[in-house]
Amino acid sequence: MFLKNNIEKLGALVLQTVAGLGVFSDFCLKVFYWSFKSPFRHALLLEQIVFVGNKSLFIILLTSLFSGMVFAYQTYMGFSMIDADSLIGPVVAISIAKELAPVFTGLVVAGRCGAAMAAQIGSMKVTEQIDALEVMGINSIQYLAAPRVWASAFALPLLSGIFMLIGNVGSYFVGTVLLDIDPVTYFSKVSEFLDIENILEGLIKAHVFGIIISLIGTYQGFHVVGGAEGVGRATNMAVVWGMVVVLILDFFLTSILVQLLGTA
Amino acid sequence: MEYAVVCEHVYKKFGDYNVLNDLSIKIPKGKITSILGFSGAGKSTLLKHILGLMHPSEGELIVLGKKPSEMNTLELREFRTLFGMVFQYAALFDSMNTFDNVAFPLKEFTNLTKSQIKIKVEELLISVGLNSESFLKLPSELSGGMRKRVGLARALALSPKIMLYDEPTTGLDPITTKMVNDLIKETSDKNKHNELTSIIISHDVQATLKISDYIAFLEKGTIVEYLAVEEFVKSQNPTIRQFLDLSF
Repeated sequence: MFLKNNIEKLGALVLQTVAGLGVFSDFCLKVFYWSFKSPFRHALLLEQIVFVGNKSLFIILLTSLFSGMVFAYQTYMGFSMIDADSLIGPVVAISIAKELAPVFTGLVVAGRCGAAMAAQIGSMKVTEQIDALEVMGINSIQYLAAPRVWASAFALPLLSGIFMLIGNVGSYFVGTVLLDIDPVTYFSKVSEFLDIENILEGLIKAHVFGIIISLIGTYQGFHVVGGAEGVGRATNMAVVWGMVVVLILDFFLTSILVQLLGTA
Repeated sequence: MEYAVVCEHVYKKFGDYNVLNDLSIKIPKGKITSILGFSGAGKSTLLKHILGLMHPSEGELIVLGKKPSEMNTLELREFRTLFGMVFQYAALFDSMNTFDNVAFPLKEFTNLTKSQIKIKVEELLISVGLNSESFLKLPSELSGGMRKRVGLARALALSPKIMLYDEPTTGLDPITTKMVNDLIKETSDKNKHNELTSIIISHDVQATLKISDYIAFLEKGTIVEYLAVEEFVKSQNPTIRQFLDLSF
């Protein structure tokens, strides 16, 4: 009996998950379909780029500066044992470009913008504002989801690029000022080992993370059930799933991009 | 008599359940028709069918001489501009102020210049009894009655052929209820020349009796009574009698 109950529960969970993935896939297809249909709302896109990009800038600056500093310091701890201090610069630069910048940017944006997207759209859903749009003949997915998705797809690589720059500034400061590495050696080693493909890998990842985070955030908003409690739940789910998917997707993207770009 | 909406034996199935069950009704042009019924009777589903947001599983639905079920996406977009809808809680866009809420459909669906839109919006807001002090206020800064007025102005912006009111007086105090009813009646009277058809979905029997020309009673997805208001109050249908008696 115990076994039967648990198998039933597991089966129900699998069915629920598959059905949920189906609904999410259908939503994603609709977002892409409506993205290429007129009217194109450039003003809304710009507004969302400012929201995702400009308004996340301060937290990205802060995160990147301290991540670069900490990472340089921790790398020094290990590398000084094998007398390879001069390699701190390239190790930190490559790590930031390939992993830290896109993943940290993704996590920050999932926490800040993915949640906000779910909350904004969710509260519009419960107060019938989405119905009002549809009644007026405006496709709500085209009006609300498409600009957010493409704004994130555009803004995340930019934020990630800024993360790379500021992270390296932090690392350079720790390396040269606090740990007494020669600045010329630092720069020459970075330019020797850091390739454009490393940076490209990070930017492509950030672009994909931008799309997926905003798809999850807007999906959660559109599928709010209930009132304020439902909006809270959707916001929470947008953050949790946004972060989890960024981390999972990072592994698969790394596997693919390393082969494609030859950055192994 | 010309009809704005004609439903012939309409069914809407969700799984095994018929939300609309052999529903037939002809709503005349230029009149106020109220649809009463218990919660879950299918009133909102009927409204969504009229708007082309849902299509019948069976039966025929003709709105303003057209079948929404046969329209493509672009045709439906055009078709919906023929409607104005006032929602239960107004459904104003909370990121926009009063002026922008009313200007929104004009910006989306017309080629009017900024100055023409400004003139039109101000006319609409004044016609529903709002003064210029409230034009730049956000919905959160407006009272329930004022929000309803803004919602009505927004619904009238594209000079619709059919006005839909979803529970327009539910949850309002008696004074605001009277104000909203007067506004519905005034809007209908002012637009008699355009043959503006008003369809009200409501539980509020007293209010609908005062302003409607016709009343339909919806029960379990079927219209069980559809009469001119003077006849409706005399209905001997037991459910309607109970509904009417409990409302007074």
